[in-house]
Amino acid sequence: MQDRINRRQFLKTGTLVGTLAVGSPLALLAPSRAWALEMESFNKATGQTLLQFCRHIFPHDTMDDAVYALVIKDLDSAATADPAIKELLQSGVDSLNQKAGGDWLGLDAEQQFAIVEAESGTAYFEKVRSTAVVSLYNNPLAFAHFGYEGESFSQGGYLHRGFQSLDWLETPPADASPAA
Amino acid sequence: MAKTFELDDDSVVVVIGSGAGGGTLANELCQQGVSVVLLEAGAMQSTTSFTNDEWDSFGQLAWLDARTTSGSWRIAKDFAGLPAWICKTVGGSTTHWAGASLRLQQHEFNALSHYGAVDGANLLDWPIGLEDLAPYYSRAEDKMGVTRTHGIPGLPGNNNFKVMHSGAKKLGYKHCHTGRMAINSRPRKNRASCQQLGFCFQGCKMGAKWSTLYTEIPDALASGNLELRPESHVLQIEHGKDGKVNAVVYADKDGKQQRQKARVVCVAGNSIESPRMLLNSASGMYPDGLANSSGQVGKNYMRHMTGSVYATFDKPVHMWRGTTMAGIISDESKHDPSRGFVGGYEMETLSLGLPFMAAFLNPGGWGREFSEALDNYANMAGMWLVGEDMPQEKNRITLDPDSKDQHGLPVANVYFDDHPNDLAMREHAYTQGTAVYEAAGANKVYRTPPYPSTHNLGTCRMSAAAKDGVCNGLGQSHDIDNLFISDGSQFTTGGAENPTLTIVSLAIRQAESIAKLMQEKAI
Repeated sequence: MQDRINRRQFLKTGTLVGTLAVGSPLALLAPSRAWALEMESFNKATGQTLLQFCRHIFPHDTMDDAVYALVIKDLDSAATADPAIKELLQSGVDSLNQKAGGDWLGLDAEQQFAIVEAESGTAYFEKVRSTAVVSLYNNPLAFAHFGYEGESFSQGGYLHRGFQSLDWLETPPADASPAA
Repeated sequence: MAKTFELDDDSVVVVIGSGAGGGTLANELCQQGVSVVLLEAGAMQSTTSFTNDEWDSFGQLAWLDARTTSGSWRIAKDFAGLPAWICKTVGGSTTHWAGASLRLQQHEFNALSHYGAVDGANLLDWPIGLEDLAPYYSRAEDKMGVTRTHGIPGLPGNNNFKVMHSGAKKLGYKHCHTGRMAINSRPRKNRASCQQLGFCFQGCKMGAKWSTLYTEIPDALASGNLELRPESHVLQIEHGKDGKVNAVVYADKDGKQQRQKARVVCVAGNSIESPRMLLNSASGMYPDGLANSSGQVGKNYMRHMTGSVYATFDKPVHMWRGTTMAGIISDESKHDPSRGFVGGYEMETLSLGLPFMAAFLNPGGWGREFSEALDNYANMAGMWLVGEDMPQEKNRITLDPDSKDQHGLPVANVYFDDHPNDLAMREHAYTQGTAVYEAAGANKVYRTPPYPSTHNLGTCRMSAAAKDGVCNGLGQSHDIDNLFISDGSQFTTGGAENPTLTIVSLAIRQAESIAKLMQEKAI
């Protein structure tokens, strides 16, 4: 397959790159601070637009772009598997740019958001939202960002790892909450 | 050890569904020497194959075959193809349930006479009362190892419970503890004790939570009287010229149709699939479906009044650590019409992992308010509100003429409108849940709408008079002596309590009746 990708197709697709912020909790999970996402169906500008669009739908100001890139990865996979989805998402990006008078990414955040808000309810908005609500929060990077510890069986559960760690309220009496 | 039966063996009892009702019934029949073929649409999993991953587990256990929705409930908009969050796997929804095991209250068996008629509601008294079920409740609690019964200690409260308990006490609630849970607080009956994994909904990898998968079903197999056939999806129940049911047609794991002859058929496919099977079995003799001379099959669908309250605090809660639902406030479960509604509700701790919190906090939601809630996920506590909803004839399971499943049969359409009583109760419950968390110091409180239904009840209900329901007080259908309803669809009304304990108790009682009727050659 690889050698059948001609130069024109190659130029049509793109790569998103980024660098984890210094001190990001995600750095512990990544082999290096630099990350890259190679896309099959989107060029770089489309990928960047969709990523920024996701940041407006689910804004977590301190969360790294690397986590949002996982949504773009899933959108790209869906677009590659189904031309209709590719068309839907591309038309969405075109619509954003059109409403921005050419370059939605070039607007300031407030202007960008006004257009996002006006687009809510459209099919492409819903496709991005419904993908992001799963992809964005169902990965180890997001777990680290939000402090969710997830899988516990392999570590013996939370019985000895803080299931009663809360110390800022009174401890319930034994008749309500017997000893383990 | 495990027995096999011929397809043309017409001496067997065929039980359809291996969850709380069917799995228990099959075992209880086998222990009395009755031969049982247990048909389960789903595949076999185990504590080893269960996974601490919410979405992967959902794909592994949930019933994902097509269903459709209608009515004014929000589920029809947000989860149009997923009216219910129940399971297609050996053990049914006992793999997924949280373990809360509460008895119905005496007055809840007599909803019509105790509450009086309610406009728009199809209330009816159960043909049985608490006194009939009490000994079976006790046996079920022992079988399942319910905490705070039979000398079994309660579970230790986790962080989420600490927040609930603090708020409850400050608010003056008197009845708050870690619940009656079918989760071992100590090793018992060859099952381990709870290690506070926090993944009760994903299949308990410790096997500490009771599930028919690793209790009733292996016990039944060990009796030598059970053949379990997983991946056997029932299509139709057949009857003879005498009107009695005599065979069950199902698609096996290769999609090939098989016909198992039967002396007795017990339907336990949950309150959506059970009526669908009866309706899909319509014949010349029974043009409206089996056991449906009353026209009540599929009607009076109940899903409990539910809702959740999540609250965020200044400091960490880590609510996901530990047992999902080991915490209850039961002060509001009484019937007190001065609150503006009949019936009552329970408040129970609930936690969702980050992936499911995002999916269910406010379905369809987006933007800064949504994100802000998740930003505070580590500082969040949560509770589920579950109460009695009103049976309404219009809330019903029908066959969708426009949608067919992988076997070519019409899928179930689930129609639901909230009753004004349900809405009034939900508003009260949201208000009280909010008050609990504000008493504990919450910064912000979120009212989360009902999830796809986990408590599906009442679509083949028990009634004293044949015209009012589908089955009698034993679950035996009014129309066909050897056809039984063996799951939550029997419920005449829903009560406030999580239904599994009652389903199990009814199954134990029904097994005694079926064995006796068979011995007497009455069926």
